[in-house]
Amino acid sequence: MPLDASFVGRVYPPTDAYEVGREKIREFADAIGDPNPAYRDREAAKSIGHPDVIAPPTFAIVVTIRASRQVIADPELGLDYSRVVHGEQRFVHARPIRAGDSLTTVVSVEDIRSAAGNDIITTKSDVSTVDGEPVVTAYATLVVRGAGS
Amino acid sequence: MISYADVEVGTALPAQTFPIERGDLVRYAGASGDFNPIHWNERFATSVGLPNVIAHGMYTMAVVARVVTDWAGDPGAVVEYGVRFTRPIVVPDVDGAVLEVAGVVSAKRDDGLIDVDLRATVGGQTVLAKARAVVRLPAGWPA
Repeated sequence: MPLDASFVGRVYPPTDAYEVGREKIREFADAIGDPNPAYRDREAAKSIGHPDVIAPPTFAIVVTIRASRQVIADPELGLDYSRVVHGEQRFVHARPIRAGDSLTTVVSVEDIRSAAGNDIITTKSDVSTVDGEPVVTAYATLVVRGAGS
Repeated sequence: MISYADVEVGTALPAQTFPIERGDLVRYAGASGDFNPIHWNERFATSVGLPNVIAHGMYTMAVVARVVTDWAGDPGAVVEYGVRFTRPIVVPDVDGAVLEVAGVVSAKRDDGLIDVDLRATVGGQTVLAKARAVVRLPAGWPA
C-alpha cells in the first residue's frame, strides 16, 4: 500500500533536549576514524574560533535519527522500516554543533512520492538550541522498496 | 589554512584512501545509534538479499567529508553537505573495502562560499552521486 501523501506538511512535536557532550563528540570522531583536534581538544577548537569542541559535519544524524523515529514509527503512516534504504541526506548548518549544546528537533514530512514501484519519503529535521537558536537543518530521503524490488 | 583567494574553479583537493573493515562498522553503529543488522550481521544481510554486510550510508558520508575538512582546516567551515547514496559499499569479513575519495572546487560563490564536488569510489565504481559540500573560507589576501 503506498504511503499516504496527505502526510506531507505534517509537523511532529519538538523532541526532548539532546545534551551534546565532549566525550560523545570524541566517540563519534573516533568511530569515523577522524583525528581532527577540533573534535577533541578545547584549546585547538578555540584557536580556530569555536567556544568549545565542535562536532563533525554529519554528527547531527545522531540527534535527528532519534527525532525521525516519530515519523518512522508513526502507526498512521505505516512505514515498513525493514524495507527502507537511505536514499539521500543533506545538512545545512547555521553553525557547527558543539559541546554544551542542548538541542531540540522538530521533524516534518517534506515530500512523499512514488517512483519505479518504490515509495520515497523526505523528512526535514530542524535542530535548534532549547533557547531557539537555529543550528542545523537535516533533510533525509528514505526509499521504501516495493514488493517487486 | 586555505583561503577563498587561494582557490579557483577546478582546484583539486588532496585525494584520500580509506580502508573499511567490519570493526569500523560495529564502532560506527555504537557511536551513531544505528544498529540495523545489515551493517554487522552477515547472516541477516544475506537473508534480505544483500551480497554481504554493507557500510552505513552515513558512515560513508562521514568518511568522505574528511577530504573537505582536512583541506579546509576548520571542520566548522562546512556549511552545507549533501549526498545521494547510489551503491552500497559491501564489506566482506576478510578483505573489507577500500574507499577512494577525490574533490574539486566546482564554484566560487559570493560571501566567501565555495562548492566542492566529491567523487567516492570503491573498486572503480561510484558509490555516491550529487556529493557536494559548501564551504565558507576566510577571505585571505588578494593576489
